[in-house]
Amino acid sequence: MIHSLFLINSTADIFLEKHWKSVVSRSVCDYFFEAFSKASDPENVPPVIPTPHHYLISIFWEKTFFVAVIQNEVSPLFVIEFLHRVAETFQDYFGECSETSIKDNLVIVYELLEEMLDNGFPLATESNILKELIRPPTILRSVVNTITGSSNVGNMLPSGQLSSIPWRRAGVKYSNNEAYFDVIEEIDAIIDKSGSTVFAEIQGVIDACIKLTGMPDLTLSFMNPRLLDDVSFHPCVRFKRWESERVLSFIPPDGTFRLMSYHVSSQNLVAIPVYVKHNISFRESGASGRFDVTIGPKQTMGKTVEGIVVTVHLPKVVLNTDLTSTHGNYTFDPVTKVILVWDIGKMNPQKLPNLKGTLSMQSGVPKPEENPSLNIQLRIQQLAISGLKVNRLDMYGEKYKPFKGVKYVTKAGKFQVRT
Amino acid sequence: MSSNSLSYNDQGGMAVEHASEAGQETTPTTGSGSGFGLFRTDYKKDDDLKEMLESNKDSLKLEAMKRIVGLIAKGKNSSDLFPAVVKNVASKNIELKKLVYVYLVRYAEEQQDLALLSISTFQRALKDPNQLIRASALRVLSSIRVPIIVPIMMLAIKEAASDLSPYVRKTAAHAIQKLYSLDPDQKEHLIEVIEKLLKDKSTLVAGSVVMAFEEVCPDRIDLIHKNYRKLCNLLVDVEEWGQVVIINMLTRYARTQFLSPWREDKLFIEDNEKTFYESDEDNKAKSAQIVKAYVMDPDHQLLLRNTKPLLQSRNTAVVMAVAQLYWHLAPKADVGIISKSLVRLLRSHREVQYIVLQNIATISIQRKGMFEPYLKSFYVRSTDATHIKILKLEILTNLANEANISTILREFQTYVKSQDKVFAAATIQAIGRCATNITEVTDTCLNGLVLLLSNGNETVVAESVVVIKNLLQTQSTQHGDIIKHMAKLLDNITVPMARASILWLIGEYCERVLKIAPDVLRKMAKTFTSEEEIVKLQILNLAAKLYLTNSKQTKLLTQYILNLAKYDQNYDIRDRTRFIRQLIVPNEKSGALSKYAKKIFLAPKPAPVLESPFKDRDRFQLGTLSHTLNTKASGYLELSQWPEVAPDPSMRNVEVIEPVNQWKPQLGKVKTTKPAHSFYSDGDEEDEEEAASGSEESSSEDSSSGSEDEAEEDKSSSGSKGSDSTSSSSEGSDSESESNKKKKTKKKTTGNESGKQSALHKTDSSTSEESSSGSQSESEAQVDSDSGTDQNHQKPKSKMKEVKELIKKPEISLLDLDDFAPPPSSSPIVMPKPAVLSPTLIMDLEGLSLSSTSIAIDVTSPVYVPAKPHELLHRMSGKGLSAQYHFPRQPCIYNSKMVSVQVTLSNEADQKIEGIHIGGKKLPTGLQIYEFNRIESLEPGSSITVSMGIDFNDSTQSANFQLCTKSDQFSVFIQPTVGELLLPVTMSEQDFKVQQGKLTGMNENTTSITLEPKNSSGQPAVHKIVNVANLGLVPSGLDNIHRFAAKTVNAGTLVLVTLELKESLTADLIVNTEKTAIGSMLLREIKTALSQA
Repeated sequence: MIHSLFLINSTADIFLEKHWKSVVSRSVCDYFFEAFSKASDPENVPPVIPTPHHYLISIFWEKTFFVAVIQNEVSPLFVIEFLHRVAETFQDYFGECSETSIKDNLVIVYELLEEMLDNGFPLATESNILKELIRPPTILRSVVNTITGSSNVGNMLPSGQLSSIPWRRAGVKYSNNEAYFDVIEEIDAIIDKSGSTVFAEIQGVIDACIKLTGMPDLTLSFMNPRLLDDVSFHPCVRFKRWESERVLSFIPPDGTFRLMSYHVSSQNLVAIPVYVKHNISFRESGASGRFDVTIGPKQTMGKTVEGIVVTVHLPKVVLNTDLTSTHGNYTFDPVTKVILVWDIGKMNPQKLPNLKGTLSMQSGVPKPEENPSLNIQLRIQQLAISGLKVNRLDMYGEKYKPFKGVKYVTKAGKFQVRT
Repeated sequence: MSSNSLSYNDQGGMAVEHASEAGQETTPTTGSGSGFGLFRTDYKKDDDLKEMLESNKDSLKLEAMKRIVGLIAKGKNSSDLFPAVVKNVASKNIELKKLVYVYLVRYAEEQQDLALLSISTFQRALKDPNQLIRASALRVLSSIRVPIIVPIMMLAIKEAASDLSPYVRKTAAHAIQKLYSLDPDQKEHLIEVIEKLLKDKSTLVAGSVVMAFEEVCPDRIDLIHKNYRKLCNLLVDVEEWGQVVIINMLTRYARTQFLSPWREDKLFIEDNEKTFYESDEDNKAKSAQIVKAYVMDPDHQLLLRNTKPLLQSRNTAVVMAVAQLYWHLAPKADVGIISKSLVRLLRSHREVQYIVLQNIATISIQRKGMFEPYLKSFYVRSTDATHIKILKLEILTNLANEANISTILREFQTYVKSQDKVFAAATIQAIGRCATNITEVTDTCLNGLVLLLSNGNETVVAESVVVIKNLLQTQSTQHGDIIKHMAKLLDNITVPMARASILWLIGEYCERVLKIAPDVLRKMAKTFTSEEEIVKLQILNLAAKLYLTNSKQTKLLTQYILNLAKYDQNYDIRDRTRFIRQLIVPNEKSGALSKYAKKIFLAPKPAPVLESPFKDRDRFQLGTLSHTLNTKASGYLELSQWPEVAPDPSMRNVEVIEPVNQWKPQLGKVKTTKPAHSFYSDGDEEDEEEAASGSEESSSEDSSSGSEDEAEEDKSSSGSKGSDSTSSSSEGSDSESESNKKKKTKKKTTGNESGKQSALHKTDSSTSEESSSGSQSESEAQVDSDSGTDQNHQKPKSKMKEVKELIKKPEISLLDLDDFAPPPSSSPIVMPKPAVLSPTLIMDLEGLSLSSTSIAIDVTSPVYVPAKPHELLHRMSGKGLSAQYHFPRQPCIYNSKMVSVQVTLSNEADQKIEGIHIGGKKLPTGLQIYEFNRIESLEPGSSITVSMGIDFNDSTQSANFQLCTKSDQFSVFIQPTVGELLLPVTMSEQDFKVQQGKLTGMNENTTSITLEPKNSSGQPAVHKIVNVANLGLVPSGLDNIHRFAAKTVNAGTLVLVTLELKESLTADLIVNTEKTAIGSMLLREIKTALSQA
């Protein structure tokens, strides 16, 4: 399926290549570079590029392109999903998936790629199995390895690969047994000029960090599972139990993983935690514009809104800004001239944050007809905006009492205010 | 040594220090080779590599290999090091070995001769006792692309394909593809291996072998038939990547095998809920009956049903695969369920969105309704990538209808202003399409577009012009104003396409703008030379049209333009000029055509149809690369049309359904360990049974079933107890090892055991009694396998199957009867069944059976064993412990007067239950219980089946006793039905009549019954009877008379049953026995059974 993989950085240099079948010349990437140079933005590079003899399927992950070379018909999502899995594995191993971290850990990267794909077909993609085969680097271990000369490659044979629950490694032992769940909800919304909601929905995920000894069998139940409209699960979740009882029953992988993602029915009204008062205008003459944005709390359920960041893609004609903010600071780089970032932080409901001033613009150019839209990030701790609540977590199969914890966070996902 | 300092550059120094301290530094470059040395383009540095590889220190070699891998990764050639590297292929150091493998696979193709040096190492490793080493050896061996070793690879693959370890078999499946790409001539042999591996029941293998199938022989659909149901059932448990491949393959398969569910002329009858959840056979029986209306093939349903849960997968490729399967295979009414899942995928990464949106776009053209509720999910954000925006726009356009058009247009208004001008232009086109599709809004759209003409951005204006042109063409009404307005714009617009469009419009509707048109032409004549070709052509067009309609004003202008064009550089334009001149300018030579010039130029033109660019994509299967590219990708397999007549569905029949159960107590997902029909069952205890019966089923096809699937567990058992002479029987008897494994109590070669036991049994039954009582564990294992075999017949859900069993069973029972069963006097201790015996032994015995038919009355094995378990202890009242019992209908091994009972204990609590045993017994006089052995502990979620014996003293009194755990006691009771108090015997018809003659008068109970229509024929009625009571069949000379014989367990009294079927649903039933109580009870029960459906 996947013939070869090229990793390409944002300056169009190939910095890693790996072939699973016979070698494909790296000149095949020229077609990619061509598309790359045509695209205004790396994001705009088409994910599938046909070439005379091959097909290139690529993903763009934190400034790195993963370009897979395909020769025959294959489901493109198959390849895309796999490439994302590779990137996630690197992230998991090295803390970040960037050119530097990959170059620093080249041998591990190669060993991982070797295990993840056999003849172009995915072999072991579960992080738990891979970690059994190839240990992730830690500072401590690399020091130890240097001294003792031992290696990263696990000496143990990956028994997990043979088990019917491939996601969990065997013989897990912890002195502190803990199970933490993060219920993270993101509000995706489009607010129009007048402040009314064009579209809003809640996308949630439950991320788990489970450090439990042995083979625990967990059951997580919700107070109000009916809220969940559409769900997808980690393979460990027994779908049948969910269908019949609306509980999540699973033997967890060891470590951190995404247990489920869900969608809260869009029929429900989604609470929008903040409102934005904005007045952005460009004057035809005088080559200047006005910018005045105020943010206030709307439906916050009595919680404080934190980590507010407003990002504005200003039109290219804006040369510079002269703004004052009552809260937080703003950055605008007049050289790259793209993004205005206003980092507010915590919101004080008594004194609403405001950013105000003038924009200086290129003269002699027609004014932009559209005002830039505001992208808002925010965070509300201890609140799941949909009202979803975890009822309880039960553990079977092991004797000890684990420490359990649930954390709720609401974030703004793709929260956009049109102005 | 400095092996890992690569990862942290601050340790480069440290490494050097260590190296020198340890005195391992042979060359000065070693230390500095660590850290970032790898990425230096300094080639001199690599000179020492060879030296390092040839040193005898692993650490140096490793270091060298790491640098070499670095070179490979950077795409630099390091093939000259091949001889030095290949020497290390047999290294003990695992990491070094792995890196050598990486190198070997990369360069073997270039250095074929040297690569051969490594082959013997792999050949040796292929024989390694460790499955993972075998697998990895095969993996590397097959990756070495050297044609000379093709035979070696072929041999290795063939061997690995029958390896005991499923992991090795999986690797073999991968190797098939590699070998095929290396040498396509091996195809035939490889297909054989594929065929074999397709039969594999391991979830591990399924995905890989289907992949191999798709790559090597996707057209050999015939290989799939027998494995179709198995694949469907396994699907949920296969790893994600395998799922995608299998689903895609099954989609193609289903399109060739099933009738179209989309036919409108045929009424689609969805089977009711009940049968829907029942097994396939049942449905099949049904579909055979209802032939008139379209009934979906049960296998077709099975596929849809088993793929549906996968829509919830986290893997987007799996979701897409299921979605396309539903799109291509499901009845129109059911396709709707995929939309929600597809919309969910839109939250995923940009690339995923791109592919999913493309597929939604194709779907939305054909089925608007599916995505209409999700309209808002396709709203565009300013941060989306351009190609995502355009796809969303496409979908919004497809979804537009009278009801939502106003919302969509409002949304479009925002988009038109977007800073992303490509997107804004696409929006204008979209508006144009909405306007043509929905006539109500055409005027609104047109006005909106005209407003856009004053837009500052040229791209937007140009696009608007083009769209307006198209719109005007479709409009019959007059739009003189708009055309005038556009004529004015001609001065400002520079985009050629737009200019051309305006000119064309003016020319086409020149009669409506009589005054302006000549003026426009005048202006154009001035600028003609500097225009683009496309504009020039339109100027010529305009000139010609005006000349024809308004020659007075434009004659000279036209002449002028034609003269200019005559000397144009472009030959197209010169051509056109010549053509036009001949046509319109009257001269002596002008042909017949010039008369029609006006008709030619001013013919009414059909309006262009504004179509979605996704219109023609539906020729490709959704979710494929070809669909994404809209061209046929190499290797794309066409989805066939539905067949007119479905091929014979019986091709998919397998003798016995063999669900794969890699049984794991409480560990695996519950859903993973069971076949599909139990997927919807509730309790875990059922699964347990399912698993047991599943394992037994495979054994019931005794001689034919090989040992393949048992491989992994056999490995452990044969390892622990080298089964020497009886190895054949250990292979044949899958059931033990399965059930053994299920219990996870002990690992031993029960095959060995059974061989021994049956042997013992043949010679001396008392010894075997000793042996079994002597070693409890052994006997228990034996009992277990027995009971398992019994469960084999208890498929409550598949009637079809029961019938099959019924047909099948008599043969076996005959066999059993004649050989195994000792005379009734000496009570049987162990009842060997075919499952316990090796195929060879059975054949031997079969031979024997012919000669030894002299014994008249004999206990035989049951004709049929009902599967219905009875509740002994509910989990609620048992504090998590639940117990069910059923009657395996086997002679009890503990005591000949006892009825054997199987109790399945399951732990449904969250804690271990310890010390399960039988406590205080309160038995009516005459009753006795043989207890099962104390169970020391039972893990949560797991269950165990034990057997016990109860002497009911030929009465239906209940046996009360207490089921005790370490901490609790639960009072329970077992009450048999009269049918369970019997043991089937067999005798000749003659003997039967003789015996019946002796049992008349008081001992005879007769009744005449009205049969339920279903039971009116022979087989169902017989089936009903053997279901109710444990009776043996007696061959009967007449079709309408059925005879059954049994003896009571305790006293051994004969019980004879005769059923005589009469006309019009009546029958006579006669029971002859000395035990009148039993006789009358039995009569009553059989009567009830036969008169009920």
